[in-house]
Amino acid sequence: MEIFGLEPTLFWTSLFVITTFGLYISIAIWARAASTDDFYVAGHDVPPVFNGMATAADWMSAASFLSMAGIIAFSGYDGSVYLMGWTGGYVLLALLLAPYLRKFGKFTVPDFVGDRYYSQAARIVAVICALFISFTYIAGQMRGVGIAFSNFLHVPIEAGVIIGAVIVLFYAALGGMKGITYTQVAQYCVLIFAFMVPAIFLSLQITGTPIPQLGFIGNAQDGTPLLLNLDRTLTDLGFTAYTQGVKDRIDVFAITLALMVGTAGLPHVIIRFFTVPKASDARKSAGWALVFIAILYTTAPAVAVFARANFIDTVNESVWSDEAAAGTVDRGSLGEGDTPEWFYNWRDVGLLDAEDRNGDGRIQYRADPDTNEVTRLDRDIFVLANPEIGGLPSWVIGLVVAGGLAAALSTAAGLLMVISSAVSHDLCRKVLFKGMSDTQELLTARIAAIAAVLVAIYAGINPPGFVAAVVAFAFGLAAASFFPAILLGIFWTRMNKQGAIAGMTTGLVVTAAYIVHFKIGFSSIVLGACALLAAVSLLVLHFGTREKGRLPLMLILSVIAGMAGISGLAGYLPDLAMGTAGQWFLGISPEGFGTVGMLIAFAVSVSVALVTPAPPPEIRDMVEDIRIPSTRAHVGHDAAAAE
Amino acid sequence: MAESGEDHDIPENRFKAYWRENLTLMAVLLAIWALVSFGAGILFRDVLDQFSIGGAPLGFWFAQQGAIYVFVILIFVYSALMHRIERKYDIDDDQG
Repeated sequence: MEIFGLEPTLFWTSLFVITTFGLYISIAIWARAASTDDFYVAGHDVPPVFNGMATAADWMSAASFLSMAGIIAFSGYDGSVYLMGWTGGYVLLALLLAPYLRKFGKFTVPDFVGDRYYSQAARIVAVICALFISFTYIAGQMRGVGIAFSNFLHVPIEAGVIIGAVIVLFYAALGGMKGITYTQVAQYCVLIFAFMVPAIFLSLQITGTPIPQLGFIGNAQDGTPLLLNLDRTLTDLGFTAYTQGVKDRIDVFAITLALMVGTAGLPHVIIRFFTVPKASDARKSAGWALVFIAILYTTAPAVAVFARANFIDTVNESVWSDEAAAGTVDRGSLGEGDTPEWFYNWRDVGLLDAEDRNGDGRIQYRADPDTNEVTRLDRDIFVLANPEIGGLPSWVIGLVVAGGLAAALSTAAGLLMVISSAVSHDLCRKVLFKGMSDTQELLTARIAAIAAVLVAIYAGINPPGFVAAVVAFAFGLAAASFFPAILLGIFWTRMNKQGAIAGMTTGLVVTAAYIVHFKIGFSSIVLGACALLAAVSLLVLHFGTREKGRLPLMLILSVIAGMAGISGLAGYLPDLAMGTAGQWFLGISPEGFGTVGMLIAFAVSVSVALVTPAPPPEIRDMVEDIRIPSTRAHVGHDAAAAE
Repeated sequence: MAESGEDHDIPENRFKAYWRENLTLMAVLLAIWALVSFGAGILFRDVLDQFSIGGAPLGFWFAQQGAIYVFVILIFVYSALMHRIERKYDIDDDQG
């Protein structure tokens, strides 16, 4: 059976998807990487505007493209945390991090941490953070690809995940950062076009202006302000007004800050700024990235308002037909006042449902669960459903699907790059096998990319529990581990390795524990998995930092953690109860806890650094050097005084 | 300007003056960053919501639109002013 009954939609979707995929592959063949420089940082010669575009595509994931507008539509003001949180981080990047990291001039984030803190242990901790953050994130992307394929191209979800993964692998392994960068530029163009076309159509329909940002503050066709109309309609139906939220103010504050700081600390975002020619280009590039991101991020809240208003208009009090739901009558014959065709179509795939419980033949959409008849409402569908809701031509739907895939693939590629460079460059070449040649390193990077894709395929098909908490994990951990370590490394010359290692580890462990406790719950299996993760980390630390004649403390701890892990997986550890919202620390949700984790990491880093020896003098010189954009000017110390 | 194309040392006190100017500029811009997002969009939004921009309450508008526009402007302003500071201290990267 055809899910959507629409042959044209399938045709346009296939056409757009195949064309764009062909485009990405052609670009990858044209932009092959020949050296490690090409592979990791695209030869340091990407123009700032292009890098801005690539960063925007890298940054905007399947979640930004497909889910965000829907989430805002049904949370109103509370959705602002994503809008401010996922854009404000670029100000921090441009002012505090990007130019200095570019001047530093290496390949990866663990590179900076390891060199600045003159420590293999710090480098390994950074590698572990980078891998964990990136794997959580990439599993979510692959899932998004699978869902888009299965809903629109009638392909099983497994096949969809595999097709997407193979395409990403093709250009990531072949072209490295160079291939990824130019594919991302193309993907940005596809995704922004696909997002704007339906937004402009909807804005014209609902407010009469083609610019969604103006439609957002404009009047509905009847001449009254759109937002105030929506507020009134929602309060009449028993909901909170759209422009008011239900979250605590402190939680809104904490989530926004955690997302901003987390953005600035995410490795796949940071490495994009290694690809531009100069430090000053890193600043400009962050500016361009935010321009390209802002186009989507200022349109999304408008799309959200249109979607919510349209939904209420067309669904509430509409005439329900059990025959149409069962598919025994032609849905194309449904008319004005009937529950719309798209509602039944999405009901077929289990993402919407309604039940005429009071038997009046109509559907009531209400806040009160006793009278509400919209029994299932998946907020993720709205960007995909909007073209149908607005009655737009079927090619627009195909375009949106291609856009969603572009968003997911571009982000997955950036993450794959972080994973492969963390393994080949930071772990293998810098820690485990120091004698590696460039050619061997390049080969390792490509093998690591293939291995990472296999894991991502598995995680996309069988999503582990933590994928649902991807936002909390990725941003919280980046905020609590990388951000303080990098920021202090640039702005405080006294910062030393002891402080950095203590700060990163504490931030990571405290934040991860809080999120697991409130999002997943420490059952015996989860405890065991955490212990095994710790065991592997300790083992790598042992091999990376061992010295002859010293007690192998890391190895001993690793064995203990390994045994705890196995007994946990076997179910011998206690199942601890999952935390409830009432027990949140200061009322801060797991999504916002990154803020607390970051403050703890800062406090621990500074206190530990102050009671341990200052870093060696060459570190001071290095920090001074990265603060000067020119590669030809250096700070003269004693030499200048002696002249 | 003449020697900016060659390797050269800059005296420590000039470096410190440059860094102080950079930090001051950063502090001002980050204060604006916090003011439009955490200030206008979250802490003082109830006050601002008494006013409106078009058909939207002002505080709500800042949280969903205004803050983002200001963020973009802040980065380009920083980029331009920093470039001027770097040229003044002859440590810009115009020639590498």
